[in-house]
Amino acid sequence: MVASPFNPEQQARFDAELEAALARFPPERSQAALLPALHAAQRELGWLSTETLSYVATRLKLWSTRVREVAAFYTLFRLKPVGTNHLQICTNLSCALLGGEKLLEQACTRVGARPHEISADGKFSVEPVSCLASCGTAPAMQVNDRYFDEKLTPEKLDAIISELERVG
Amino acid sequence: MSDRILTKHWGEPDSYTLAGYERIGGYKTAPEAFKRTPDDIVAEVTKGNLRGRGGAGFSTGMKWSFVRKEKATPKYLVINADEGEPGTFKDRYVLELDPHRFIEGCIIGAYALDCHAVYVYCRGEFEPGPITRLKAAITEARARGYLGPSVFGTGYAIEMHVHRGAGAYICGEETALLESLEGKKGFPRLKPPFPANAGLFGKPTAVNNVETLANIPTILQMGGDAYHALGCPKNGGTRLFCMSGHLVKPGVVEAPMGATFRELIYDRCGGIPGGKKLKAIIPGGSSSAVLSADQVDLKSDFDTLKGAKTMAGSGGVIVLDETVDMAWALYNVTKFYAHESCGQCTPCREGTGWAARLLKKLVDGRGEKGDVDLIYNIARQGEQRTICALFDGAAMPLKSYIEKFRADFDSKVKA
Repeated sequence: MVASPFNPEQQARFDAELEAALARFPPERSQAALLPALHAAQRELGWLSTETLSYVATRLKLWSTRVREVAAFYTLFRLKPVGTNHLQICTNLSCALLGGEKLLEQACTRVGARPHEISADGKFSVEPVSCLASCGTAPAMQVNDRYFDEKLTPEKLDAIISELERVG
Repeated sequence: MSDRILTKHWGEPDSYTLAGYERIGGYKTAPEAFKRTPDDIVAEVTKGNLRGRGGAGFSTGMKWSFVRKEKATPKYLVINADEGEPGTFKDRYVLELDPHRFIEGCIIGAYALDCHAVYVYCRGEFEPGPITRLKAAITEARARGYLGPSVFGTGYAIEMHVHRGAGAYICGEETALLESLEGKKGFPRLKPPFPANAGLFGKPTAVNNVETLANIPTILQMGGDAYHALGCPKNGGTRLFCMSGHLVKPGVVEAPMGATFRELIYDRCGGIPGGKKLKAIIPGGSSSAVLSADQVDLKSDFDTLKGAKTMAGSGGVIVLDETVDMAWALYNVTKFYAHESCGQCTPCREGTGWAARLLKKLVDGRGEKGDVDLIYNIARQGEQRTICALFDGAAMPLKSYIEKFRADFDSKVKA
């Protein structure tokens, strides 16, 4: 048995989510609970280490290579840590027409991290993201689980980052 | 406006709650539907000429009749809420502002398909808003007995499950979505068999878009013929157009199927800011072939746009003003497809990246003689040669931007 990466509280939440996910599918189709399990693990730990992937594999009775293959396929699953505030800025066409790419550059410069890297203080990471379905209020950004999609401007972006710096 | 159906009560503060939906007559249609036969419901939907709102525009009634013909059980209704086509943002609003209308559509659909489990595959980025609202709505409906072991006291069981994707455009392709739902990476399946014959877990499956299902209660209320009459021939009802880009008032606009782009852009969205001229219209998400400004009077229905060698697609209308460099725009779009190609088929895996690198060269002012033709040929030679339509979706912009705006490309080639 691979050791669990969770503390007891995290373990309880993970177990509950996994159980609920398994209940949604026919018993012989437990692999269908893999994406929910990976989401649950990442919510607890922030990212998915090799150990975490192996643990999820054990719980679902899957090869750990299969779990890694799936985790690596999807961009929302992070195989390395991100900053406390993970800024995802849309650069697809509707956002790009209204300055999305410039906002991405601005964010990188401001927090001192290149795309997909973490700032020195660990507080920020920035990356371009595919369409957030906010094209009517473009440009759009998502920070962790919060949308900022009310027509982002350089001034608004600066203010949001200042606010995030202040609260940690 | 009288033609508002799906957006009718979006402005109300509690539009997303069960109480808000019931106040405008919600959940009155589904109990009536259980008094009709499933075949009768499918016939009504077919008569309404409801065409799939996800992109392909296939007849919903016909798709359902294929599933009904299958003998294998259980059957599944899977909802594609992966809304990832750049320029598309309507399903997000349906789920956030009117989830109960969608749920009522799913209840009727499940009954019509003789199915008891509905899976809603939502894109992962929808967690903060749409997923949270939808889950809460399902909980509310279940507590009231509108979902669960005996829907509306009929003894018919329906459970609705929300499944969160994890950031992969390809999972909007219906067979990749099914693979992903089964816990695998999202590689599209070779068709046939089609999902209607062998879909989720190999069982007969209807895969429908969110907006498509949200239309079902209205079709049963007014009848197929009246619903059809709201739109244009063979294209029933209204549609949620996602209006973005250079517009005075961008946003989701509900208009009859077949509204012209002039109506959508100038009458509904206030035209182009700063008095600038229209240069191009992307009519149905970034995969659709681009239209030039002189095509602004085209109707937006599936058949008209197919005739104009493009597609109505997902209803994502992106408007570009005269300042846009089409080579830059095409680079932006192609970079997206290169990133999102699943890598299964060689023409797509290699072709999208190759075209994107050549376009970058042009945009950076390093273009060489022959580059523009090469980009065009990469598109031409790859299309229709892959398992799914992702490459075709990259090829349509590649070919059409170059055909219609060649000067923007040639001007970047070093003499």
